[in-house]
Amino acid sequence: MSAHQKIIADFVSNRIEFVTSVPCKQLAGVIDQLGETPEIHHVPCNKEDEGMGLCAGAFMGGKRAAILMQNTALGVTLNTLATLTQFYRLPLPMLISYRGEVGEPVACQVEMALHTKALLAQLHIPTYHFHKPDDLAELDRILKHTFMCNKPVAILTDASFWKGVNA
Amino acid sequence: MTRFDILKAIAPLIRDHLVVCNIGSPSQELHMLDDQDSNFYMLGTMGLSSSIGLGLALVQDKIVVSIDGDGSVLTNLGTLPTIANNVADNFVLLVIDNGSYGSTGDQPTYAGQKTSLTALARASGCETVVECPAVEITDVLQTALGSGKMTVIICKCSSGNATVPVITMDPVVIRDRFMKAVKRV
Ligand SMILES: Cc1ncc(C[n+]2csc(CCOP(=O)(O)OP(=O)(O)O)c2C)c(N)n1
Ligand SMILES: [Mg+2]
Repeated sequence: MSAHQKIIADFVSNRIEFVTSVPCKQLAGVIDQLGETPEIHHVPCNKEDEGMGLCAGAFMGGKRAAILMQNTALGVTLNTLATLTQFYRLPLPMLISYRGEVGEPVACQVEMALHTKALLAQLHIPTYHFHKPDDLAELDRILKHTFMCNKPVAILTDASFWKGVNA
Repeated sequence: MTRFDILKAIAPLIRDHLVVCNIGSPSQELHMLDDQDSNFYMLGTMGLSSSIGLGLALVQDKIVVSIDGDGSVLTNLGTLPTIANNVADNFVLLVIDNGSYGSTGDQPTYAGQKTSLTALARASGCETVVECPAVEITDVLQTALGSGKMTVIICKCSSGNATVPVITMDPVVIRDRFMKAVKRV
């Protein structure tokens, strides 16, 4: 099973049935995999705060929801995370492409990488960092944790992780 | 007619449906006029009423009415293409277009000037878009609710806010009773 397949298999086994996304190159394989997963309704969004609104609606409608996004979008979602997801206590796994870490070819991406963990910490968002391929083994338990505690939870996946799993 | 008059007119039509209501005066006015478990009041997060409503409509069969505002749609314009391309025929987006940011003191929005939200919704690909003056809202909404077609209504009205109390209900209570209303047969 590829890492992409494993990620989506963990989503499915944790009864996630609704996923929204804005693409990142690092997440392309996962997004492709979504298209081959009839258990999951994929609704691409145009901005990540919009996507979190879709997820809030889907969750209140009875379907567990998740978002795939790039860390550069974190800033535009802060208000939504605080005043919707956290304020109303909605669970939300955020599978985040952590651009700007070692192995990053685009200098500009480093700028938001510098702020990513600080912003997540400021918001008291449980944050897990996948750096090595083996880190993926924890995804299933992180998802269970998310739906246990009804919080947004960040899973940062960096370039080394993707390089390792795609090797 | 103002937003308050519209909400008063449509309250009997929406009380038996799931309603997602925009931040500020719209939620406060609806809460005061006709509080229902099936109303999801947004206490913050300007712009996401249509997104929350669409997400809800896509995953279950009950009719969902999102009550939105022109300023809020303008701040989340990406919502219109998402709605257009993910058709939920149990979804009605009612944009109360008073041409202003009502809750914050009626500052003008561009929707009250050169920009047409109706044209934007159509250009985004929304298939059933109805623009109407406030006096026609009851008929237009009734038709939309009975049509079985996803409908975007742009209801043009005057600015102005009723003097109503803020909502002090805890957000988790709002969410919990709303989710129970979603599940109720
Ligand atoms: C991000 C953000 N910016 C500004 C505000 C302040 N604000 C609250 S409601 C509102 C007006 C919304 O206008 P509209 O959607 O047209 O609704 P109306 O009150 O006119 O019905 C504004 C600007 C806010 N709550 N959040
Ligand atoms: Mg307005």
